[in-house]
Amino acid sequence: MDKGTVLYGVDPLIIQDHYEIDYHHSYAQDSPFFAGLTKGQLLGSRCTACGYTYATPRAHCMGCGAATSWFALPLTGLVHTFTTCHYGGEVFLKETPFTLILVEFDGADTLFLSRLKGLRPDAVRIGLPVVAHFAKAPSFKVTDVWFEPADQA
Amino acid sequence: MRPVYMIGGGITKFAKAHPEKDFRLMVKEAYDYTLHDVPRLSKDMIDGAVGSYFSDHFTRQLKAASMVQDYLGLCPKPSKRVEGGGATGGLCFQSAWEAVASGRMHCCLAFGFETMSRVNTWKGNEFIALASDTNFDFPVGGFYSGYYAMMVQRHMHEFGTTVEQMAMVSVKNHANALHNPYAQKAKRLTIKQVRESPMVATPLTMEDICTMSDGAAVCMLASEELAGKVCDRPVKITGVGSGSDAMRMADRPHGKVILLPHEQESDYRHLKYPGVHSFRGGRMAAKLAYEMAGIRNPLEELSFVELHDAYTSSEIQTYEDLGLCRYGEGGRFVESGIPFLPGLDYGLELPKQGRLPVNPSGGLLACGHPVGATGLMQAVFAFWQLQGTIGKHLNDEKLQVRNAKRGLIHSHAGTGTYITASILEAA
Repeated sequence: MDKGTVLYGVDPLIIQDHYEIDYHHSYAQDSPFFAGLTKGQLLGSRCTACGYTYATPRAHCMGCGAATSWFALPLTGLVHTFTTCHYGGEVFLKETPFTLILVEFDGADTLFLSRLKGLRPDAVRIGLPVVAHFAKAPSFKVTDVWFEPADQA
Repeated sequence: MRPVYMIGGGITKFAKAHPEKDFRLMVKEAYDYTLHDVPRLSKDMIDGAVGSYFSDHFTRQLKAASMVQDYLGLCPKPSKRVEGGGATGGLCFQSAWEAVASGRMHCCLAFGFETMSRVNTWKGNEFIALASDTNFDFPVGGFYSGYYAMMVQRHMHEFGTTVEQMAMVSVKNHANALHNPYAQKAKRLTIKQVRESPMVATPLTMEDICTMSDGAAVCMLASEELAGKVCDRPVKITGVGSGSDAMRMADRPHGKVILLPHEQESDYRHLKYPGVHSFRGGRMAAKLAYEMAGIRNPLEELSFVELHDAYTSSEIQTYEDLGLCRYGEGGRFVESGIPFLPGLDYGLELPKQGRLPVNPSGGLLACGHPVGATGLMQAVFAFWQLQGTIGKHLNDEKLQVRNAKRGLIHSHAGTGTYITASILEAA
C-alpha cells in the first residue's frame, strides 16, 4: 500500500527513497562447505597438486591453480587474532557486543573467520584453544558454525 | 611511456553531509577551482576523463560518472568509471596517468566523489562491509573496523605495538587538520582522550577510525608539452605502483617478506609474512613505485607522505609496507616523532619531530573519507605541497613542508586488497 512520500527536509527538498531486493544466491562450487555445516562438519580444501591447505575453502588453489579436494578440518583450533565489536553494520547492531576471531588449525595453511561465544571479551587472547559448535537448526550460512573456549566444551 | 605531469587540482570541503549539492555539483566545484587555478588551460584542451566513486549502494544511481561527465560539459570526449573500494581514488589517478603516459591523451581529468550521508552511519558500515566476502566474511558480523581491529591485535602480538602509539597517530592527524580548512574533523586531542572515546572494536576507539564524508576532488594530468604551455609550476609523476591481496583476510599466506632495496632477508628471519598484520599489496605497490622513480631509501628520499589512514593502526602498518621503517617498527616510528610536522605543538615529547611528515593534511582520520574522492584529495594536497602553494590554497602556511621535493601518495582498499602508491616530484 502506498503510504505517501516521507519528507526529511524542504530546503533542499529531501525525501525518503526505499530500496529492497531478494537475490537467488548460489554458493555454487562452495556449496559442500555449507552443506557440511548442517552435518557438524567443517570442510576445508587441499590442493591436489601442491598440497596447500585452505581452512576457508576454495575450489582452486591460489598458488598453482589446480583443483582442490575437500577434507574435514579438526573441530578444535587456536585463536589467531580477535576483536570484540561494540558497533557494527546495521544488520549486526542488535547483536553487539560480539567477538570475532580468526581460527588457526593444525594441518591448515590458512585461517577461518568466525564468532567466539561463551567467554567474557576481556578474557579472549591469542593462542586460546577453541572448539567448533554447530547450529541445531541450520540457516545455511557461515554462522551455522561458531567457536567456544575448548575447556568449556 | 612518456612523462606525465599534474597541472592542477581542486577539492570540495569534506563534510558529514552536503544536502544542498549533489555529486555532480560537488565535482563541478572542484573542477572549476582547478580551471581557475590554471587559467591558460581551456576546456577544449582536455581530451577525456576518468571518474571514480566506490559504491553504487551509497549513490543509488548507476553510471553516476556519466552524469558528472555531462554536467562538466565534457561529452562526447572519452570517459569511464574506475572502482576499487577504498583505493578507488588512487586507481583513478593512475588510470588518468596511463591515458597520458600511453600517448592516448595529452590532458586527462581524474574526478572522484562519494555521497555517504544518504544513509545512516551503521547502514554505511554495512555497505562498506559488503566489500568483504559475502559468503564467508560478511555474515559473521561484517564490519571493517572489526577486521582492522583483528589485524592490529596480531600486529600488537607480533611486534609489541601499543594502543598509545596508535593514539599518537590520531593526535597528529587531527592536529595537522586544524590548519586545513578542507578537513571535516580537525581537533586537538590527547592520547588519553583517544583511548577514552567510545570503544568501537577492541582496541580501536572512535578516534582511531576515520568518518564517513560527502566530498569530491579532481586532478588534471597532462603531457610535458601541454604542462609546459599552460602551467607555471607543474609537478611530475615519476612513479606509479599498485598491488593486491586475497579478499579474505583468512587467506593471507605466511611466507617471506617482499624486500625493498634498503632491506635484507636477514632483517626478517623469523617473520611470517604478510599474515594479517601487514599489507603485502602495499609493499608491492611501494616496490614498483620506488623502482620507477629510482628511490632506494624512501625515508631519506621523500619529503612527505600522504597515506591511507582509515585507521590509526593502518597508518602504522603502512609505514612498514612503504619501508619508512622495518616491519615491526611502526609503533616506535610514530613514537620517535618522525612522521609529525616540524614546528607544530602536539603536546607530546617527540625527539625526531618532523623528519618525514606523514599526512600533513590530516589524512583520512581528520579530513574524512568520501571514498572515491580520497585518493585524489591526497594527490591535490601533494601537488600543492610540491608547488609550494599550500599557503595560497589553505589560507595557512603551517602545513607547507619546507623545500618539498618529492612526495608519496598511497591509496588502499578493503583489508589491503587493492593498494596504489604514486610518487610526485617538484619539476
